[in-house]
Amino acid sequence: MSESEKKNELNRRQFLGNMLKTACGVGLVGLGLGAYSNRASSMPANYIRPPGALPEEDFLGACIRCGLCVRDCPYDILFLGEVGDEVATGTPYFIARTGPCEMCEDIPCVVACPTNALDHELKDIEESRMGLAVVIDQESCIAFHGLRCEVCFNVCPIRGRAISLDMQHNTRSGKHALFIPVVHSDACTGCGLCERACILEEAAIKIFPMHLAKGELGKHYRLGWKEKDRAGESLVTPDTEHRYNLPEGVRYDLQGEGLIIEGEAEETPFSSNPLDTLNSGFMDK
Amino acid sequence: MVDMTTLGDDAIAAKGWFKSHKFLILRRLSQLGILALFLTGPWFGLWIVKGNLASSLTLDVLPLTDPYVLLQAMLSGVVPETAAIIGVVIVLLFYILVGGRVYCSWVCPVNMVTDLAAWLRRKLGIRTTSQISRTTRYWMLTLTLILPLVVTGGIVWELVNPVSMMFRGIVFSMGAAWIMIAGIFLFDLLVAKDGWCGHICPVGAFYNLVGSKSLLKVNALQRQACNDCMECYVVCPEPQVIKPALKGEKKGLSPVILSSDCTNCGRCIDICAKDVFSYGGRHAIKIDEYKREGEINRGVRV
Repeated sequence: MSESEKKNELNRRQFLGNMLKTACGVGLVGLGLGAYSNRASSMPANYIRPPGALPEEDFLGACIRCGLCVRDCPYDILFLGEVGDEVATGTPYFIARTGPCEMCEDIPCVVACPTNALDHELKDIEESRMGLAVVIDQESCIAFHGLRCEVCFNVCPIRGRAISLDMQHNTRSGKHALFIPVVHSDACTGCGLCERACILEEAAIKIFPMHLAKGELGKHYRLGWKEKDRAGESLVTPDTEHRYNLPEGVRYDLQGEGLIIEGEAEETPFSSNPLDTLNSGFMDK
Repeated sequence: MVDMTTLGDDAIAAKGWFKSHKFLILRRLSQLGILALFLTGPWFGLWIVKGNLASSLTLDVLPLTDPYVLLQAMLSGVVPETAAIIGVVIVLLFYILVGGRVYCSWVCPVNMVTDLAAWLRRKLGIRTTSQISRTTRYWMLTLTLILPLVVTGGIVWELVNPVSMMFRGIVFSMGAAWIMIAGIFLFDLLVAKDGWCGHICPVGAFYNLVGSKSLLKVNALQRQACNDCMECYVVCPEPQVIKPALKGEKKGLSPVILSSDCTNCGRCIDICAKDVFSYGGRHAIKIDEYKREGEINRGVRV
């Protein structure tokens, strides 16, 4: 091997070695970033995304952290996550208790978004689902104590549909009514006006991100009566009449008279008046 | 070895203080001016530019969007709005023409931090160097473009990107982002010369590629006048770009600094007492050939 070949060989080794070092270093950075991004994609439950926000995973890919939504919010409720916050750096959120969404009809925050992280398909603010109001503490909510409040019901911008009042009997007093606020997910936008308005020290009604607020039926689950209504008939084997294993001459009518003993009136040796039986021996003597 | 205590004295003696700091001052005005345009809104209610460097809207009509950030978003599956696409096209055209890394030296707020670190290194005589390769930034760029494809949680780099973090920090709210900025300052000061901007930052690497064929270039048309004071190498954040243009005459190399690593910052123009460097077109070589016919003159003025 000539002198220059040796030198080349050394240079090549050095080059490959350096490249390997760099690649390893950058790879480690990548692992770190990946791990950090997993941690950063979890958000406190009271941080609510603006209207039209895509599902969180898609949102984090789509939001370029420009803050144009923050600037165009006329009520200045939106904040960008800071480094050290428990929300992905630079992404917008609001906190319902201190600054709820006022549900502008023209939805300026969505219009401002350059990447559709806030979905431009959203034209009607009542269709937005920022989260869902949940009457989370029924022990503190004064409506459950039989006191009149109904503030959440009255401030609701979709009054009567997103929150309704369910009148129930007050078992404590025995003579009054309870007006229980009930949230309906088909109308509630999660704007948070109810949470801000709640008169308690700590709100009893709170907005939660959809995935925290909602339960979900198993995909296989069917409600028999609904399926029957939809199909016009039972989808499984037709209902067979239930058969009771009873002595001869005895029937059972489940939703009517109950136990029926046929021909009872004629055959029984006993009178229908129990006093007759009790007095019978006495009368004989 | 260049004497750090007299660095720039020759240029000041030859051209005066202002002329020997001309592009430095203009760059600071550019960097601070851009920040000011974003800040008149939140500070004084006078809305000129809304948003930040990732995406902005000027006077409610002109959209500008950072192509690097949008590329990351698109790799994670986003279809951008028309405004964003228009914004990206405008920004790309601009940097394709004037040089991608003009972003680094004339726009990026981190540049002020790393320039300060570099200045302090010279003043304090810190000579530590590290083994980090200048190609690391391309590895980083690749990494930041792969991550949106493989990691759920989208634009991963933007969680930690100090460039967007610093600008957003100033225009919106800083939070703990200053720790990151301080980290870069200390890294550049104590660990590696031009460590962040010249070696690691993937934003610079991206703009480097964008401007790889840009028209506006710094050239050393008057390279015959060079007196080998070496001061341009000292102040240049990417000193490897100077040599081919300045010393390549015998090898027949162009006097134009062709490397897209060059940030077009113009510090070499400022610091040179002999006016070797000037801004010019990419094809200034032809003018150079023409000039060599006559006397050495004052170079091409932009």
